[in-house]
Amino acid sequence: MLPFLLFSGLFLLYPTWNVVSGAVKDNNSKFSTTVLKEVFNSPVARHAFANSLELSAKTAIVGALLGGLFAWAIATGKQGGVFYKVSVALSSVLAQFGGVMLTFAFLATFGFNGLVSSLAVKFLPNTFLADSTWLYGMTGLSILYTFFQIPLMVLVFLPTLENLKPQWREASDALGGKAYEYWLRIGIPILTPSFAGAALLLFVNSFSAYATANTLINLSDFLTPLEIATALTSETGGSNPAEAKSLSLFMVIVVIIVMSLYALLRRKVSKWEQKR
Amino acid sequence: MKQSMGVRLWRWTIISFVALYLLVPLYAMFDFSTKPFGFADKGRTFRAWTMIASQPDLLAAISRSLITAAIVMALILFMIVPTAIWVHLKLPVLRRPFELLCLLPLAIPAIVIVVGIAPLYRWISININESPITLAGVYSMLILPYTYRSLSAALDAVDIHTLAEAATTLGASISRVIFGIIMPTIKTGIVNGSFIAIALVLGEYTISNILNFKTFQVVIAQIGRQNGNVAVAVSLASLLFVIFLLLIIPTKKRQGAVLDVDIA
Repeated sequence: MLPFLLFSGLFLLYPTWNVVSGAVKDNNSKFSTTVLKEVFNSPVARHAFANSLELSAKTAIVGALLGGLFAWAIATGKQGGVFYKVSVALSSVLAQFGGVMLTFAFLATFGFNGLVSSLAVKFLPNTFLADSTWLYGMTGLSILYTFFQIPLMVLVFLPTLENLKPQWREASDALGGKAYEYWLRIGIPILTPSFAGAALLLFVNSFSAYATANTLINLSDFLTPLEIATALTSETGGSNPAEAKSLSLFMVIVVIIVMSLYALLRRKVSKWEQKR
Repeated sequence: MKQSMGVRLWRWTIISFVALYLLVPLYAMFDFSTKPFGFADKGRTFRAWTMIASQPDLLAAISRSLITAAIVMALILFMIVPTAIWVHLKLPVLRRPFELLCLLPLAIPAIVIVVGIAPLYRWISININESPITLAGVYSMLILPYTYRSLSAALDAVDIHTLAEAATTLGASISRVIFGIIMPTIKTGIVNGSFIAIALVLGEYTISNILNFKTFQVVIAQIGRQNGNVAVAVSLASLLFVIFLLLIIPTKKRQGAVLDVDIA
């Protein structure tokens, strides 16, 4: 008990406190909101923040849709079958696959000399696939992020789908409901809260992601996490912890807003979803 | 269950699309890692794969990451699990605050934790020494939400109060109740939690990169700057290894219970 308090105090509460309190101090640890204001008004920081939000929203929505559909495809298959097992195992690995390795995988696929891009150079020289520069921007990042969002969505959403009671479908069928009517009137309304909740989780997941972006592109001001890292570790002596803390505070605020929405949604969900 | 044509068509369209999305990059990694590099090679080669073993940095990094993982597991076993049991058993008042504390890392991105920990880390590395223990400490906090979920699910499934009462009546001390009686009964929960912990430690890049710890991922990134083929081969090898591990230790509902983080 005591060691736990010590550890969580040291490695969890202290850093949190440090960021929150540090955000309202300048680099000489005097109380001031100058840095906070500066960051808030800085066009660079705003641009990075907008990029981060855009990227997270896009990949959360696309990832949730594709992952949700894939989860449905898994759930309609035979439970405990080979396909089921393999896809769940693969999902649980690939959901953690962000970062260095993911970057390598996509460089090998779409990068210069990559598998798909060399094929494209041969057969489809005029399409965007032949020119790898798109990989190093917003489009590339979105596609990379979606790669780990889909499996995460599968993991989060599959249990919900499995909790859908077959009796509902049977009742709908027995009363003469068509398949699309079942989904439109029963399936989708029931699943919406947990679907939205899962999408919010994906949003936070890509909003906080750093490793993938860091290894793919070297633009330090492209996303907020990259900007924070630069402010913290700048090798040219321009290290600016106060700026890093202010940026962090804004990130935490966004995450807390999203997570509270998530909590509200979960409360709605647990009304019908039996506790596992 | 009989499925109509339409459903089946939809199902396979989705499956093949997502499978392409997920598998093509993996295959591309394999393709890339067997590409010829250097002057000695003609055509396809497995030289990058055989070179994995002769990367001293890499082996050091793997052992460093594994040591960190072991420390994290020790922290889970001897600190987090007993605390969770203790709170469940003796201090029900603290259950909500404890839960909130455990879920806090979800709201704080790893990069933010780094920002907060940097001064402390600098102090430790100057005044004490640079050891993986600091890193393990941060990691054990990062994985709290996942460990907490699997632990509390396991603790709820067993009537630990009766167990504890019975053990105490028979003269067991409190440490014996925790380590000898309750911990074995929630073994699955602990194993699940530890599994996530190892996955996280081996895959973590953000914190170790910024704090300059040469862990597995950081070194792979480094190798990638010198020799792409070897780095890709290592990545694919470790990925396949983990998938293999997951397939041979089937634990039912592991992911569903652990990842469905419920903060409501």
